[in-house]
Amino acid sequence: MNGEAAHLAHHFDTEEQQAASSKLGMWLFLATEILLFGGLFCAYAVYRGNHPDVFVYAHRFLDVPLGALNTLVLITSSLTMALAVRAAQLGKQKLLVAMLSLTLAGAFVFLGIKFIEYEHKWKHGLLWGERYQSQLHYGEAESEEGGTEEAPPSGEGAAPPIERSTFPPAAVGPRGLATGDREAAAEHGPAVEPEKVQLFFGVYFAMTGLHALHVIAGMVVIGWILVRARRGQFGKDYFTPVDLAGLYWHLVDLIWIFLFPLLYLIH
Amino acid sequence: MNEEGKVIAHVVPFRVLVGIWFALVLLTVITVAATRVDLGSANLWVALFIAGIKASLVGLYFMHLRYDAPFNALVLIGSLLFVVLFVGLALLDTVHYQSEMIPGYAPAMEQR
Repeated sequence: MNGEAAHLAHHFDTEEQQAASSKLGMWLFLATEILLFGGLFCAYAVYRGNHPDVFVYAHRFLDVPLGALNTLVLITSSLTMALAVRAAQLGKQKLLVAMLSLTLAGAFVFLGIKFIEYEHKWKHGLLWGERYQSQLHYGEAESEEGGTEEAPPSGEGAAPPIERSTFPPAAVGPRGLATGDREAAAEHGPAVEPEKVQLFFGVYFAMTGLHALHVIAGMVVIGWILVRARRGQFGKDYFTPVDLAGLYWHLVDLIWIFLFPLLYLIH
Repeated sequence: MNEEGKVIAHVVPFRVLVGIWFALVLLTVITVAATRVDLGSANLWVALFIAGIKASLVGLYFMHLRYDAPFNALVLIGSLLFVVLFVGLALLDTVHYQSEMIPGYAPAMEQR
């Protein structure tokens, strides 16, 4: 293991001061990340405030169990990351490598689940902007050939542009429509699709997409730290990179902790 | 220096980390369960409140803020305040002009 002084840059008086400065620098970066996502949270707030019917309608297409599972996956990866930092502080290299590997594995699982969710949405045209395909057939599948005000979109690939429903939005128009089953309609929400449902999915993909990009970046960082850990570069006297990578990873977890209820658990 | 011979920083005990993890898992379960109970518009605030508690736990213990120099926590809280300012000021505009934007289309407001 290198001597204490080997890691001390010339412009710092002590190791403690150097570590504290590094940490402050990392926190300032995290503050910029918080503001970055803050912009998207602002978009969410404005869009949801102006189109609450869209959000109530569209969030049903999200898979809550998968979202909850992803939340637990990230929380657990945060634990393993914190344990990795602890292992580095105690000079336990094998444990450090193991914990970093587990954190990385958690990140893989998270992205895997996200991929499954995205794939499902791609298949069903639950996408942003012009790519959104009307889901009016969704309510019909629940209530066996109920009212067919519009032709359901044809399978995969190019569906002809669906004519927008001329019924007023759910908050104003009649609740549920010609499905013959009022209870099912009430339970599954309006069978009438509000206008501009693509707003929700635009917000959904922007927020979870940017978050996923941050997960990927975190995986690169943790992967690099893992390589360095295996080379024995961290120990009791120097573990700052592990510490800082940990802070970043916890922030990624923090952002998801807010994304999950806002996107998946709407009422 | 503490009893573990650490030179630089405080080491969070294993038990504390696992305990916090368990609390986070529990709070996640509660968050999901709470959506089954209909509290109207309060549902959103309950979910955000629980998320705030989870965030505090992650920040204080996983991210060391409890044991660090207070200025780090100040940076975090400062950024959150600016986000509140950001979103708050934007929202001042949001629902207020809705009924005038598109005639007859104002789902968030009472229909007159």
